[in-house]
Amino acid sequence: MTMMKKLLTSAVASTLMASGAQAAISNDTVKIGYLADMSGTYRDLAGPNGQSALEMAIADFGGSVKGKKIEIVSADDRNSPDTSSSTVRRWVENENVDMVAGMVASSVSIAVSKILEENDKLGIISGSAASSITNEHCTPNHIHYVYDTYPLANGTASAVVKEGGKTWYLLTADYAFGHSLESDVRRVVEANGGEVVGAIRHPFPTQDFSSFVLQAQASGADVVGLANAGADTTNAITTASEFGVTQSGQTLAALLLFLTDVHALGAQTAQGIQLTTGWYWDMNEETREWSDRFMDKTGVRPTMVHAGIYSSTIQYLKAVEATGSDDAQTVRKQMMDTPINDMFAKNGKIRIDGRMVHDMYLAEVKTPAESKNEWDLYKILRTIPAEESYRPLSESKCKLVKN
Amino acid sequence: MSMIFGVPLAVLSGQLLIGIINGAFYALLSLGLAVIFGLLKIINFAHGAMYMLGAMVTVLMFNALGVNYWVALFMAPLLVGAFGVVIEYFLLRRIAGQDHIYSLLLTFGVALIIQGVLINWFGVSGLRYTMPDMFKGGINLGFMFMPYYRAWVIVAALLVCFGTWFVIEKTKLGAYLRAGTEDSQLMQGFGINVPLLISLTYGFGVALAAFAGVLAAPIYSVTPVMGSTTLIVVFAVVVIGGMGSIGGAIITGILMGVIEGLTKTFYPPASSAVIFLVMVLVLMFRPSGLFGKEA
Repeated sequence: MTMMKKLLTSAVASTLMASGAQAAISNDTVKIGYLADMSGTYRDLAGPNGQSALEMAIADFGGSVKGKKIEIVSADDRNSPDTSSSTVRRWVENENVDMVAGMVASSVSIAVSKILEENDKLGIISGSAASSITNEHCTPNHIHYVYDTYPLANGTASAVVKEGGKTWYLLTADYAFGHSLESDVRRVVEANGGEVVGAIRHPFPTQDFSSFVLQAQASGADVVGLANAGADTTNAITTASEFGVTQSGQTLAALLLFLTDVHALGAQTAQGIQLTTGWYWDMNEETREWSDRFMDKTGVRPTMVHAGIYSSTIQYLKAVEATGSDDAQTVRKQMMDTPINDMFAKNGKIRIDGRMVHDMYLAEVKTPAESKNEWDLYKILRTIPAEESYRPLSESKCKLVKN
Repeated sequence: MSMIFGVPLAVLSGQLLIGIINGAFYALLSLGLAVIFGLLKIINFAHGAMYMLGAMVTVLMFNALGVNYWVALFMAPLLVGAFGVVIEYFLLRRIAGQDHIYSLLLTFGVALIIQGVLINWFGVSGLRYTMPDMFKGGINLGFMFMPYYRAWVIVAALLVCFGTWFVIEKTKLGAYLRAGTEDSQLMQGFGINVPLLISLTYGFGVALAAFAGVLAAPIYSVTPVMGSTTLIVVFAVVVIGGMGSIGGAIITGILMGVIEGLTKTFYPPASSAVIFLVMVLVLMFRPSGLFGKEA
C-alpha cells in the first residue's frame, strides 16, 4: 500500500513539475554543465579556460538569476561521444542540469544534442565546427554559437581561389568535423571555378604528416588545404614547411586555426597564413577590455571559443531572467527573439535551426616584424557579413526549417 | 611514369623512405622498451612519458638557458635517464620480483602523473622549437624532397640502435648485465653490484626514449601528450618483435614504419590500425613474436 501511495505521489509530483516548468526555475537553481576536452588535443582552445570564461559570465551577471542561485558542474569529454553521452545523460536525468555549455569535438556535440533532445534540455555549443550540427543534425534543443565549417570554407577557401589557387589537394581529419569541412570546401572551391584534385582522410589524431605531405606535393595541386584542427593542423604545417611545400610553389591553406594554434606555431612559422575566425581579442576597445580581464584570470589571451562561451552564457542568463524560466524551449525562443549585441557579436541572431549568425573575419597571421608581442598575431583583412557567412536557410536540410 | 597498383613509382619510393625514417623512430623507442623488459622484466608504461620528457627538456633548456641542439642531444637523455634511476630506486625496486602487472600499473601511474602535471603547466598546444640552422632545407632526390634533418634522424637512430645492441650482446659489460638479471645472487657473490647495474639499465633504457624525444623536438609539436599515442604503437612493435628481443625490436621497428608508410599511401584511413592488425596476426601464429624465443 505504501508502495502504491509513493508511486501515486511521485506521479502527481512529476506532472505538477512538468506543467510548472514553463514558468519557473526548476529546483530553484539554474544548473549549467560545462563539457569540454579538458586534457586532450583540444584542451587549450576551450578546456579549463573555457570554464573560467563561464565563471566570468556568471560573476558578471551577479551570481544569481531572479534570486535563484547559478551552479556549475564540469566534466572532461575526452573527445569521446560515448563518454560525453553518459556524462550528459547523468547530468540531465539525475543531477538536474538545465543547460550544457562548451562542447568541442563535433562528434561529441552531435551525440550530446540527441540526448538533450530526448530530455528536452538546452545545449549551447561553442567549440564545435561541423556545419552539419545545425543542418542534418539540428534539434530544437541546441544552439551553435561561435562558427562552423561553412564560413570557414567561405572565408578562407574563396579568398585563396580568388588569388589564383585553382586546384586543391585536401588533408582531412577522418571524423565528422573533417568530413563536414571537406564537403564545404569542395562546394566553395567548385563554385569559384576551382577543382579539388585529391583528398586524403588521415586518422585523428596523427603525429607524423610527412607521408601525407609527400602525396600532396606529388599531386601538383596549387593549394594544399588542411581540413583538420588543433595539433593535427600545427603538425601538418610544421611538416609542410620542413618539406618545402611553399618553396615548391604550393600554397598552404589552413581552414581551421585557433589563436592558440597560431601562438604555438609562432609568427615565424605561421606568418602569411590566411584564416577565418569568428572573433579576435584585439579588434576594438570592448574586446580588448574583456580579454585583459580574461588574461588576468588565466594568463593567456582568449580564443573565439572562450569569448563565445562568455557571450552565450550571458545571453542564456538574460533569457532565463526575462522569462523567469529555465525550460529549454522557453529560453531558446527568448534567445532567438533577442538580437545579440556585446563584445562578441554585433546584431548576432539565433535562427530557427539553432545557428547563431554573425559577422565573420578573414585574417592573416602577422610577420614577426609586425607582431608586437606573443599574442599580437592577426591582422583582420576583411569582415565577412553575417548573411554571406553562414549556410542560408533556403539550403537547409534541418527538420525545423520548412523548405 | 611507371605505376605500381595505381601509385607512381616515384611516390612509392618516397613513401618507402619516409617509412624507414618513421621506422627508425619506432626502432629507437622499442629498443629502450626491449632493453628494460629483456633485462629487468619490467613492462615500462612510462616510456612514452620519458620520450615526451626528452623533447620537453630540450625545448625548456633552449628557452631558459639557450642550450643548443647538440648539447641537448646529450644533456636531455642524461637528465631524463637520471630521473629514471630515481624512479627505479624509490619505486620500481620495491616491487621487484612481483608479477609483471605491478610494474605495468606503477609505470602507467607515473606516466599519467608526469603528463597531467605538465599539461597543467604548459597546456597541450605545443611548445615551439626551432630547427637548428645547419639542418634547414633539404635535397631533391628526384622522387622526393628530402629534408636534411630527416636524413640525420635515420643516421642518429641507427647508430644508437646498433651501439646498444653491440654493447649488450657483444661486450663484457653486456654479459655482466645479462648474467646479473639471470642470477643476481651468484653475480653478487662475484663482487658485482647488481642493484646498481639494474638502476643504470633502467636509466639507460629511459635515456634512449629521451634521445628519441630530442630527435623529435624539431619536427613534431612538443606537447605533454605526444608520448601517449606513440607509446601504444611502440608496444605493439615490441610485441611483434618478441618481448625482450633487442635485435628484434630494431628490425621490427623499421619494418613497421615501412608497412605503416605503405598503408598511408594505399589506404590512409587504415594507417593507424595496420600495426595492430599485424600484431594480432603475429600473436595468432607466432605468440612469442617474430624474433622472440619460443617459451
